[in-house]
Amino acid sequence: MAQPRTLFDKIWDSHVIAPAGEGTYLLYIDLHLCHEVTTPQAFEGLKLAGRKVRRPDATIAVADHNIPTSNRKAGIDEPESKLQVDTLERNVVEFGVPYIPIDSINQGIVHIIGPEMGLSQPGMTIVCGDSHTATHGALGALAFGIGTSEVEHVLATQTLIQAHAKNMLVEVNGSLGAGVSPKDVILAIIGKIGTAGGTGHVIEYGGSTFRSMSMEGRMTVCNMAIESGARAGLVAPDEITFEYVKGRAYAPKGGAWEQALAYWKTLPSDPGAHFDKKTSLDAGQIAPHITWGTNPEQTAPITARVPDPADIDDPLKRAAVERALQYMQLKPKTPLVEIPVQRVFIGSCTNSRIEDLRAAAAIARGRKVAEGVRAMVVPGSGLVKHQAEEEGLDRVFLEAGFEWREPGCSNCMSMNPDRAMKGERIASTSNRNFEGRQGPGAKTHLMGPAMAAAAAVTGRLADVRQLG
Amino acid sequence: MEKFTQLTGVAAPMPAINIDTDKIFPAIHLRTIKRTGLAKHLFEEIRFRADGSENPDFILNQGPYRQAKIIVAGDNFGCGSSREHAPWALTDFGISCVIAPSFADIFYNNCFKNGLLPIALPQAEVDKLMDDAKKGGNAVLTIDLDKQTISRPDGEIVPFAIDPFRKHCMLNGLDDIGLTEQKAAEIATYETKTRGERPWVFGLTEKAGA
Ligand code: SF4
Repeated sequence: MAQPRTLFDKIWDSHVIAPAGEGTYLLYIDLHLCHEVTTPQAFEGLKLAGRKVRRPDATIAVADHNIPTSNRKAGIDEPESKLQVDTLERNVVEFGVPYIPIDSINQGIVHIIGPEMGLSQPGMTIVCGDSHTATHGALGALAFGIGTSEVEHVLATQTLIQAHAKNMLVEVNGSLGAGVSPKDVILAIIGKIGTAGGTGHVIEYGGSTFRSMSMEGRMTVCNMAIESGARAGLVAPDEITFEYVKGRAYAPKGGAWEQALAYWKTLPSDPGAHFDKKTSLDAGQIAPHITWGTNPEQTAPITARVPDPADIDDPLKRAAVERALQYMQLKPKTPLVEIPVQRVFIGSCTNSRIEDLRAAAAIARGRKVAEGVRAMVVPGSGLVKHQAEEEGLDRVFLEAGFEWREPGCSNCMSMNPDRAMKGERIASTSNRNFEGRQGPGAKTHLMGPAMAAAAAVTGRLADVRQLG
Repeated sequence: MEKFTQLTGVAAPMPAINIDTDKIFPAIHLRTIKRTGLAKHLFEEIRFRADGSENPDFILNQGPYRQAKIIVAGDNFGCGSSREHAPWALTDFGISCVIAPSFADIFYNNCFKNGLLPIALPQAEVDKLMDDAKKGGNAVLTIDLDKQTISRPDGEIVPFAIDPFRKHCMLNGLDDIGLTEQKAAEIATYETKTRGERPWVFGLTEKAGA
């Protein structure tokens, strides 16, 4: 009998073209997503070498990082941002790459629109010059971020030279408690395995918790695989996946659908497949989580207190915690729920899908954003925005005093005007709490959408379970 | 790409763990369409004060470390964002080698495309090199890629491991795309076969109007 294989092994094996050198392989790429930030130098490289894009029909581009999230019609004010978007628009014309224009209802964050339009499908290899490409792994696709030189390599050859990653299984079993979201699951996982816990590995998220999780939730989880250092995150495709993909604009139809479905059903890891590393968590033990520090492993349940560096033995870890607390201006042992915030950001490729907005709106409904807090809701795409408006969620947010904005990356990385003011403390549904990422000196606390809404209405980090 | 054979220079000690690419190259400066001239933003938030003047506490602002060619760093160097601006800014500053106990995967890959050599060593070895680095201009390190060695100022030789294919490309300054293009026939064969097996993934982005 053939050796049992993991989901990752199966996708890998079906995409290897040839060995490229000792331990490395030439891997075929099915779908290449492009955005304006990491592609200009790649297109320039092609131009200089007189190369073409090999498969424009496997490539699609969208501008998401730089674009303003208000008054879209006025165009882009900031000259560097405008130059980057203009450059993308010139390059897609010159190289014949399909492009989703800024005024299209399909425009949005690249990792939101791939799955939403049915482009990201099980069993594919998907790359993008963006580390959060792992998001698409929620569909059972091998999706990972690459640098700009690799973007150029894929544009020119539709392939990449890659070393085989190892297999890691993160198993979570049981049902999540009330008020506990997929974001809390992934924060708890990263808190447990650390920011380098997945380095060199592709993580498969398995267990009953993921089996019953919605596609949106699985995307939130896979999105942050990179925050534990993993090359990619994966969830095995199942009925929930197929139901999600079916009927979407770019999904296979008719006979092709049946053919695709039969193939997709062969993908899940075989019983007894080997994982190089395994860890597990009990879903029932996971409380709503937030980050208190400056990297995504510095997490804690909201019921906890700021850690005390004095309790840490490892000198390098202690120094890192001291540095984080100094940057975050937090005193050891402060209860997390006593930390006031000045800004709330609900958005990003981690948490700006319809379910996320519903969860936040459920908390915002009938309440008011606390005095002195600026709260922003930035839907992940034009389609999400449209659906939210159909459901009246925009009214809920606006009545509560939140801003309701146009889709894009926005305050997640602050390349557009939505950046935080100097030193502001932010409750954010994004994925990185690195120093300065949301603005100069900005102090980020990561959390799920309902938790962020709870922070907005209380004016401090809050346990959403207490708001009922 | 330029060939990388040998390198001798001052090493800057940066013992912190988890030095992420946002720290190496802040997001706001990603709004460039160039890959050159990025050294001015390298480590910007810690290298400069709010008024734009140099922060004298930051290692690369101090004496011999202004000419550093090597960084000796803590665990998980280059984690976070995939931005290749991080290696571009490092090489533009003059750094050609980073030594650390471990690197984040994407950063590690990006280094090789830019003639920047990432060397992963056990913590104990890194600790020794960190001590050398702290001696500044009094202690230069020599890295020999062909022999896969680092020579310490006291004469000790520290060997390191590297993937043979990557070593070959770096030693000869080979362009990956050129190498892959030599496999054009194999790529075409793969495409023909896959078109038969999984036809629905072909022509994907052209199917519906955006
Ligand atoms: S939302 Fe944030 S993490 Fe996601 S692609 Fe945009 S900038 Fe990157």
